[in-house]
This record gives sequence, structure tokens and C-alpha cells, in this order.
Amino acid sequence: MDLIQNFPFVSILLCLAGGVLLSVLKARQARYVCFGLLSVITTLSVFTFIDAMNRKESYVYSMGHFPAPWGNEIRIGILEAGMAVFFCVILLLSLVGGLYKIVEEIEESKQNLYWTMISLLMSSMLALIYTNDLFTAYVFVEINTIGAASLIMIRENGHSIVATTKYMIMSLVGSGMLLLSISMLYDLTGHLLMSHMKEAIVDMAKTGAYEVPLTVIIALICVGIAIKSALFPFHTWLPEAYGYATASSSAILSSLVSKSYIFLLMKVFYRVIGLDVMIEHKTNHILFWFAIAGMMMGSLNAIKEHDIRRMIAYSSIAQIGYIYMGIGLGSEAGMIASVFHILSHSASKALLFISSAGLSSVSGDSKEFRDLKGAGIRNKIAGVGFLVGAFSMVGIPLFAGFISKVYFAGATLLATPVQMGVGLLALALSTILNAVYFMRTVILLYTPNRQKILVDFQNGMAFISSIGGFVILNFILGFGSYYMITLIERGLACFA
Amino acid sequence: MLEHLLDNYYETVSIILFGIGFTMLLLNRNLIKKIMGLNIMDTAIYLFLTAKGYIAGRVAPILTAGVQEKDAFINPVPSGLVLTGIVVSVSVTAFMLSLTIRLYRRYHTLDIDKIAMLAKREDL
Repeated sequence: MDLIQNFPFVSILLCLAGGVLLSVLKARQARYVCFGLLSVITTLSVFTFIDAMNRKESYVYSMGHFPAPWGNEIRIGILEAGMAVFFCVILLLSLVGGLYKIVEEIEESKQNLYWTMISLLMSSMLALIYTNDLFTAYVFVEINTIGAASLIMIRENGHSIVATTKYMIMSLVGSGMLLLSISMLYDLTGHLLMSHMKEAIVDMAKTGAYEVPLTVIIALICVGIAIKSALFPFHTWLPEAYGYATASSSAILSSLVSKSYIFLLMKVFYRVIGLDVMIEHKTNHILFWFAIAGMMMGSLNAIKEHDIRRMIAYSSIAQIGYIYMGIGLGSEAGMIASVFHILSHSASKALLFISSAGLSSVSGDSKEFRDLKGAGIRNKIAGVGFLVGAFSMVGIPLFAGFISKVYFAGATLLATPVQMGVGLLALALSTILNAVYFMRTVILLYTPNRQKILVDFQNGMAFISSIGGFVILNFILGFGSYYMITLIERGLACFA
Repeated sequence: MLEHLLDNYYETVSIILFGIGFTMLLLNRNLIKKIMGLNIMDTAIYLFLTAKGYIAGRVAPILTAGVQEKDAFINPVPSGLVLTGIVVSVSVTAFMLSLTIRLYRRYHTLDIDKIAMLAKREDL
């Protein structure tokens, strides 16, 4: 076994151990150690990715001394390793961009706990990306939930604690359903490892045995993960959670945490239940219709908002709808579009959250539109960041969001006539709705404000480099889309 | 149908309990009762798992008094899962309880709707 094959496991373990260490350090030390740790993890992930590309095939890394049907294992392929690299980069950029807000908004004696939670969150996301064992996935889903909830609540004002409570309640409902479905699946198949479960389910599907329990299990898994990743109509916790957390937390929650659950769902689709069985049970149709509803309702609610952060949060609901729509098409093309949209949405949404924090800073720390008038002129860097993010979300050509819309449209053309009609119509309508609220905001940001507003705020180097990084990432995804799509295709081919 | 339910009465009971806990967690307005619902829901799943792992007439999978044959023991995997699950559910409960304490100190009520209303009013 090569040395590089150990890297994914080592990075999960490093993050877990790092979390324990960071909790006893002082705020400043903890910050440096956490950034060091994340850089190491990023480097390790890059090596893993390069190695996975050279192998052309995914491989299994078993943990402990027990072989396959009993032991625990992780599985590494191009898609998993690529996702890990991408998650690391987004996490680092979001933290760097929101650093001054973290220092400002969180009590100094508690800042080390913020870094602890970041470290635990990273470990759980890496584990969700790599794991090949469904029960391990459940445990890390819970760690992910606690970590994410702590990131919301650490600001410690009334709003953020209420938002955390709502988030926790909905999340716990979701994880209860997930745990029940995993228990039932273990009961039906006798395995916990994904590949072995799939073999048993393929046999079951052939003989038609346990038809009803399997349907119940699929429904429980889908609803459980849908609640956690805020698919419409389970999105009620999201606007408050994203709206009242500190900027980095919102960026991380919307662009990474919800995506890691969706990635788990894709894994379940491909590696546990199998795409054919899912389609046989009409799961994808149900997801498709909820996704369409989400695309519309998210955007409509965003139009009604007067608060920039809550508007971006509602836009997340619409974008999650896009991703589920791709999954709901049930085809290879739909999945490719979904995976690409996970990347492009992460890059743009984190950018929007971080730059909206910069815009608030020059408007008396207000998030209301009436105070933000002309903020793009007062803080040029944040304004440009918001502009790029908004263009990408609306789907202006050359930006990342445009490419994913093209691929979504292409994928709907290959689907059934009803799905094609509804999908294309929904894409067109939601693009118009996106344009309505994002362009309105951009115009407002660049309308000069007659009132003089005293600004004693300077963008730090960290903020500027983070916005720069995100903008570059957006253009890489926009211009290098052909290469990215080829990579995703190769990744999905060895994903199952 | 009814026969199946009666034959597998452990599973039936655990799913009923799951439903009770689930509804309590989702619909009850009192935070403490919500947490109780969460625990009932989780415990119901552990009952389900334990019932699935049990094989009539066998003992717990602990090697004592020289018994070595695998036919003497029940399936150890579900028991392991239950233990892991309990750890997860304890930590989640602790987290929820600490949130509840925070909210009670701030708003002097346990009703989640009232708390949300009071938090909104803080803004104005």
C-alpha cells in the first residue's frame, strides 16, 4: 500500500484530534493552529486527488484488522478526493474572509471553541465524503449537526440562540429518520458497508422480496437528508440560521454543510440503493417536484426580503432546489449537472455571504436594504465580490452559475416530455426571479447615497485576498467548465 | 397483517414509540417536552435494533466461563450500534439542554413560539 493511500484517513483523524487540542488553547494560538491544520489537510487532499487521478479507479482503504463484510472502510475516488479539495479551499477562503467579523462578534474567551468546532466540522465533512459505511455516516452526520449548530449559536445573542434551537429541532427530526432507515436497512440486508448492502438490494429487487420495507426505507432516507439540506418544504429553519450567524458561519453552512448531506444522498443513490431501484420506486419523480417547488418558492421569498443576509439565505433554498432537480431527473446528465452546481453554488454563495458582511461594515453594521444604499461605492472590494456572486447566481455567461444552468437545461432535454417541459419552464422562470432580486440589490448597492455616512472601516488584507480567491474560483469554474465536467464524468463513472 | 404485527411485537411497539417521540419533538411547544420526545424517539430505535439482534435462547456476546462457540451468543453488531447511538443521543441531548437553559435565562419561558416572538420583539 502506498503512503498516499493513508492520507484521507489521516486527515479525518488529524481534524478530530485537532479539535480536542484547540479547545484548550488561547484564542489567538487556536486560530493559528487551526489555519495550520486546515492547510495541512488541504495539502494532503491535493495529494490524494492527484493520486486518485493517476489511478483511474477508486480504491478501498480498510480500517482496523477485520476484512470487508465486518470491518469499517473508506473509499477514495476522483469525485470524493476532488470534493475534499474543493471543500478545504472554500472553508479556508470563508474563514479568511470573515476573520475580522469572528474576532469582532465572538467573545474572546470563546473564540478557541469556534476553531474547535471548525475542526470537528471539517473532520465530519471529510468523513461523510469518504466513508463507505452507512452507520459511520450517521455518526458523522450527528457530529456535523452539532458542529454546525455551534457555529450559529456562538454569536450568543437572542436571535442566534433561537435560530440554533430551531435548526437543532429540525435536524434532529431528520437524523432520527436517517437512523431508523439505516437500522431497517441493516435489518433487511445484514450489512453496514455500502457495497455489500447494494448486492443484497439488487438480489431483493430481482425476486421482488421486501418491496414495502424498501420503499419505506428509501422514503425515510430521502426525507431525512432533505430536511437536513433544507429542500423545500423543510426549509423553515434556514433563513434564520443563515441570517443571524456570523458571516463565515453562514458561508460555511450554506456552501459546505448542506452540500455534504447532498453528497451523502448521492452516495446512497449510487452505492447503496442503486439508481435503477430508486427510479423503480419513483423516488426521483417526488424529489423532482419538490425541487421545482423549492426553486420557485425560494426565489419568491427572496424577493420579499428587506434584509440582505436573509435574501441570500432564501436564494440558497432555490439553489438547493436546482441540485435536487438534477438528482430528480434520474439520469447521468442530471447528476453531472447537480455535482457541478454543488461546486458553482458553493463558490458563489460563500462569496455573497462574505462580501455582504463587508457591505454591512460600511453601512453601520446594518443588513437592511435601506441602509445599504451606495454600499458598493463605499466598499469597492466587497461590491465587486457581491457583483460577481450575483452574476454567477443569475447565470450571466462566463460565470460559474451560467455553466450549471446550461447543463441543467441539457439534462432536462434528455428526460421525459413532462419533466422536460416543467424543468425548462422552471429554469427560465427561476432565472428571471433570480435576476429580479439580485439585480435590484446590485443596482441599490451602486446607487449613490445623498446622505453622508461616516466610514471608519478599512478592508483588511485577509478580506481582500478572500474575495479575490473566490472571484478567481468562480472564473476557473466558468472558463474551465469543460475540464471540470470531464472530471466529474470520470468521477461518477467510478463512484458506484 | 395483524398477525405479522403481533408476531413482531417488539418492532411494532418500537415503531409506535418512534411515532410518539417524533410527534412530540416536532409538534410540542415546550422545549423540555421536545427533548423528552427526542429521547423517546432515539430509544425506540435502540429497542428496534436490539430486538433485531436478539436470537431466542442465546446470551449476550461476552466471553466468560470458557464458552467459545459462536452459536451460544446473539448477534453483537446491533448491540454495538446501540451503544454508539446512545453516545450520540447523550451528546445531542446535552447540547439541546444547554440551549434550553440559555433560552430560559433570557426569556423566562420554555414555550418555543413565545421565545421566537420575544426574540423578534428585541429587534424593534
